[in-house]
Amino acid sequence: MATYKPVVVQSFPKLGEKITQDTLYWRGYKTPVQIKEFGAVNKIDFSPIPPYNYAVTASSRIHIYGRYSQEPIKTFSRFKDAAYCATYRDDGNLLVAGSEEGSIRLFDVSGRAPLRQFDGHTKPVHVVGFLSDKYRIFSGGDDYSSNLWDIPSATEIVSYSEHTDYVRCGCASKVNADVFITGSYDHTVKLFDARSKRSVMTIEHGQPVESVLLFPSGGLLVSAGGRYVKVWDVLKGGQLLVSLKNHHKTVTCLCLNSSGQRLLSGSLDRHVKIYSTTSYKVVHSFNYATSILSLALSPEDETIVVGMTNGVLNVKHRRPEEKKEKLLKKRQPAYRTYVKGRTYMPKQEDFCVSKPVKRVLRKYDKLLKSFQSSKALDAVLEPPIRLYTPEVTVAVMQELHRRGTLRSALAGRDEKQINLLLTFVARRVIEPRFTPILVTVADMITDIYQPVVGQSAIVDRQFLRLQEAIGKEIDYQEELLEVLGMMDTLFATFTKKTATYLEENKSNGLTETIETNMNN
Amino acid sequence: MVALAALRVVRCGGGSLRAARAVFSADSYLLCASGDFVKMYSVATEETLRLMGGHADLVTGVQLNPHNHMQLYSSSLDGSIKLWDFMDGIPIKTFTVGCKLLALYTLASCEDSVFVVIPKSGERDTFQLVSVKLTKATGQDLEAKELLVVLDGVDASPKRIAFGREGEYVASVKEVNLQIYFFRQKQLNRFSVSTTKTKSGNNHFTCVACHPTEDCIATGHADGKIRLWRNFYHKKQYTFSTLHWHHDTVMDLAFSVEGTSLLSGGVESVLVLWHNTSDCQKDFLPRLGSPIEYISMSSDGALCCTLHTDNRITIINSNLRFSKSIQGLIKSADVKTGLVVDPRTKALVLNGEPGHLQFYCLQSDQQLFSLDIVQRQYIHQAGLKQADLVKVAFSARGKWLATVEEREEETDPELQLKLWFYDEETQSFKLNTRINTPHEDHITDMCFRDMDELEDDSLILVTAGRDRMFKVWVMVEDTDPEAQQSVSWSCDFVGNYHNYQATHCCFSEDGSVLAVSFEETVTVWDSVTWDLKCTFCHPPGKIRNICFGRLTCSKYLIGATDFGFLCCWNLLSCALEWSAHLNVLVLQPDPLSEYIAAVSWLSKESSLFVFKPNEPRPIYIQRNLCKEKIQLAAFVPRDEPETIGSEKYLWLRRSQLFFLTDTQELMTLSTKSLEERLTPSSKQLAVEECLPVTPFSLLLGKHRRQQSQEDIDLGKLVVRNKPEQDSPAVKELLHTPAHVLPSASFLCPIFINSLLISKKNESAEEVGDEEEMESEKTEDDSDEERDVAEMEQEDTSPVELLGEMTCKLSKSQEKELRKIRKMDYSWISAF
Repeated sequence: MATYKPVVVQSFPKLGEKITQDTLYWRGYKTPVQIKEFGAVNKIDFSPIPPYNYAVTASSRIHIYGRYSQEPIKTFSRFKDAAYCATYRDDGNLLVAGSEEGSIRLFDVSGRAPLRQFDGHTKPVHVVGFLSDKYRIFSGGDDYSSNLWDIPSATEIVSYSEHTDYVRCGCASKVNADVFITGSYDHTVKLFDARSKRSVMTIEHGQPVESVLLFPSGGLLVSAGGRYVKVWDVLKGGQLLVSLKNHHKTVTCLCLNSSGQRLLSGSLDRHVKIYSTTSYKVVHSFNYATSILSLALSPEDETIVVGMTNGVLNVKHRRPEEKKEKLLKKRQPAYRTYVKGRTYMPKQEDFCVSKPVKRVLRKYDKLLKSFQSSKALDAVLEPPIRLYTPEVTVAVMQELHRRGTLRSALAGRDEKQINLLLTFVARRVIEPRFTPILVTVADMITDIYQPVVGQSAIVDRQFLRLQEAIGKEIDYQEELLEVLGMMDTLFATFTKKTATYLEENKSNGLTETIETNMNN
Repeated sequence: MVALAALRVVRCGGGSLRAARAVFSADSYLLCASGDFVKMYSVATEETLRLMGGHADLVTGVQLNPHNHMQLYSSSLDGSIKLWDFMDGIPIKTFTVGCKLLALYTLASCEDSVFVVIPKSGERDTFQLVSVKLTKATGQDLEAKELLVVLDGVDASPKRIAFGREGEYVASVKEVNLQIYFFRQKQLNRFSVSTTKTKSGNNHFTCVACHPTEDCIATGHADGKIRLWRNFYHKKQYTFSTLHWHHDTVMDLAFSVEGTSLLSGGVESVLVLWHNTSDCQKDFLPRLGSPIEYISMSSDGALCCTLHTDNRITIINSNLRFSKSIQGLIKSADVKTGLVVDPRTKALVLNGEPGHLQFYCLQSDQQLFSLDIVQRQYIHQAGLKQADLVKVAFSARGKWLATVEEREEETDPELQLKLWFYDEETQSFKLNTRINTPHEDHITDMCFRDMDELEDDSLILVTAGRDRMFKVWVMVEDTDPEAQQSVSWSCDFVGNYHNYQATHCCFSEDGSVLAVSFEETVTVWDSVTWDLKCTFCHPPGKIRNICFGRLTCSKYLIGATDFGFLCCWNLLSCALEWSAHLNVLVLQPDPLSEYIAAVSWLSKESSLFVFKPNEPRPIYIQRNLCKEKIQLAAFVPRDEPETIGSEKYLWLRRSQLFFLTDTQELMTLSTKSLEERLTPSSKQLAVEECLPVTPFSLLLGKHRRQQSQEDIDLGKLVVRNKPEQDSPAVKELLHTPAHVLPSASFLCPIFINSLLISKKNESAEEVGDEEEMESEKTEDDSDEERDVAEMEQEDTSPVELLGEMTCKLSKSQEKELRKIRKMDYSWISAF
């Protein structure tokens, strides 16, 4: 004997992005805080020590912001012209920055005046950084040279003039204190060892290199330039591992998250993409208002700071983990009731009698089980079901239609209920997943309540709304068909028939749903 | 020899159980008519214990002999009433009446007659209830021509006649009339209800039941009402009350044994229990699966059973608890899915219950399981269009199952394509992908790319639709590693041809080529690039069926057209190889050989042609396969190739051909002769044979074998073992039913005696003396033993006479025999 089978509520796959662990993780940020800077933000660097302040280089100033402050807690403004690339040392005490006039300045984060000034570059210095031994600084300038400086004596140790265009990015190895890399507009990334006179490795990126990044292990190198982000294996002599082309404008900045599992890239196309460093697939992406120049992620991914060309600094803080322990209002049964008999382990000769699992039916299922069609329809027109899970309402309507009792369930309702029904139908009838059954419902309602049209202003208004909604949808579908026809002609001109077939196939199941998405 | 016997068409899949009410025997067996047989089921285990065959036509009535609860009467359309000993499955007597018997009733008060419904001679569609006097003469085949008409103008259905309290009266209903005949007063009362037509139907009578102790008759009506008639001795002052719950026809009624409650059932497939025959108190047992056809109660009132329209028996406890169900082959009105063979279980797969797929095991003649495809509540209501299964396809190894369900609607059909994955763990199919509206119109055909040697990735499903296209579905790996399900199906390619409806699709054996028929044209597509390779067309008529040849004939494509042409195209030369004029209804290739079976319909008979595509001459022709139109056919692979001597039937070696006629009869072709097929069922005497092999029996058997082995090893004389096993006395003692045996005290010595170790040669004399000194009784036993042995030897004489014969021996005869035995007794014991 069969048991009652509950109504099948059809679930439809959601189009667009799928909900993955990553989306959930990266969505867990609060609404961003916008801070206006004086000029385009060219560099953001987080202090490696708590409380994780960050230095923002924009125009001729370097601002240092606290974690939640919207006003800078400190400003370095002793630059005549633009400052570039303010970078913290590993211990978070020193800050170095290049400048438009060609000098490099070293600041104490607590002080105001520069501690040292390194002069030697003849052109603006766009990139500076500390080597991992903390006592040396590397820099790259528009004079095509990459230099190495000694901090105590403020003198140049070595100068490499191997690049043939502006040097605009660089990065020091965390593993080896002598190794640093610079990327240049001459399409190359060069790896230098302070102990040798020449570069030890040259990697051909193919586009002007905007940003380079070394993995914490030092084995992998990421370069960004043009629309490409490329990953290279340094230990294999600079072999290309993977080339990613997910942006449609120049990629300007790169960043790793604190665990090293995800790579972030910001681009002029206003997107930040997050890649998995195992599969190099995009797992998530953020949209911003304008082109992105710089990007930084605080330790533990607490904060994402993005600097843009219009001088806006966009700061997103992670939402604190929600506390799940809510106060239980209802007193739960005592612990004893739960454990009673549970701990008894059946012996081998015991005959176990399992209790049949009691199935809980939803209210509408109970009503349908006892063939109470009208009441079942009432039950699914309750606000929570009607508003949040319209598919349940429609599924029950379909079941009633299948049983041939939809008409009697719809009939005999008062003004308020008709109003409710019509509102629902008018709102949902254009959704392709609901259209077939709701058209039938609308048909029946008009059929049943035709005699009473004109007696109630509310109902009449709803009828008009329904008509309007359907009219709009028809227009829209016509337009879409025209587009489809145009596309077909276009594809037909693309010589081979295979293309046509592919298009046809795509247009088959999905178009309708996509259409509505566009509509909404 | 077997091979020389002609090919016979054999009905299989069990008969319909719908012909008559089932009967509970006193010792919890259930007896019911099943086609030409009477089946005995065990209520406790649901097993079919016995199949009693002997009637030449449909069995229409089964009733216990009211004077001997071990005996059973059965009536059949062949005009005979048989008396059975159902414990042994032996026919005791056959009474030939001579005309069609449509129903059978027995009464305790009538000593020597039974009641049957027969058609009135000379008139069509009128029937009469007659009592048949069963003569007590000896002999097996008897004539029973003494007919006495009781009631005229009765209905043919067995449900519409019922006998009242202790056989005082008989009630019969027909259309709107109820007639009651009182035997004692010889009075006939007629009542009628006014003919009113309501929305749910008319109020014609559909069934009748009589209260076992009171004067009360319950009648069921087509509009769902139940009327309780009382005081019907008076033509005028009769009263009736109405019970109404059913919304559709009341199919059957039954009173409980005490008469305190009434059971009713109908199309709703709900069993309703009316307490105290009042309207206010009732209990329900809902969702019994299919409309209830008959209800019967056991004599002790502990059990009740319902027979359903879909060949199912449900056994229900007295407290209205579902207990067991016995399911035969469900014969749905329209087998839309076709006959499909599950590659995993070799079971025949077809439409079962509405919305279900039944897996029917042909060997054991039982349903293996029923897979719920539609997964919606089925509403038992006439005229309701509900989703049903229309297409089924299995992948080559049965790992994937594709099903199409549809619901007819005025505007557009509701279609769903479902793909099921066989879960090894749970041993059942699990839903993997559901595709709503795969085509905009009905799906006409569906097939998997059948490739054994390739991995799953190459699995392709093709559906052809009336919306003028065919679609190719492929498996897609899910990119998200965290997701539970790793594969799903999606559309890969949509093809069409000149805006014609796609009607059939078929993959070649190696899967490289797909053939799709579009009305009159067959198109051949490359299955890798989906390019149209070539088209075939054989003008008059649309394509009705296509299939590819197999093995050595894989280069041929066979097509059958509407106007009676069978064409064979060569795929290498792209030309017509041969064509034949034949109105082919079914074209079925054997999956294991090159042979293709074509069933044609020619002037009111179906014929079978078996051919190989490479030669236009058929290998085997069977004209007049059956009178009905054959709808579907399927080759079911045999477990092991059968040895077939004759060249002619070689095509039946690897697989067996089954076909389904439009009257829903499942038939097959058998090379075995009739006797061979019948032996196991009809000559079954011993209980042992139908006992299952239990671990105990295995253990015992092993132990015995070991023992005998040891004996041989030790070089002992194993004389004793032989007689023990073969002793007819023991065998007979164990195999004869208890009720025909003499008393146990009578049998005990003989039994023990037969188990005794036979004496060694040197002590033979001694033993002889001993034996002689034994009481007369022992000797008496021994001559019975002898009798039994004789009986055993004559195969022809029925064994049930054993009891009678032994009892009939007169005292003098016994003494004589004893004397004879005394003389040669020692001689016997020596052996």
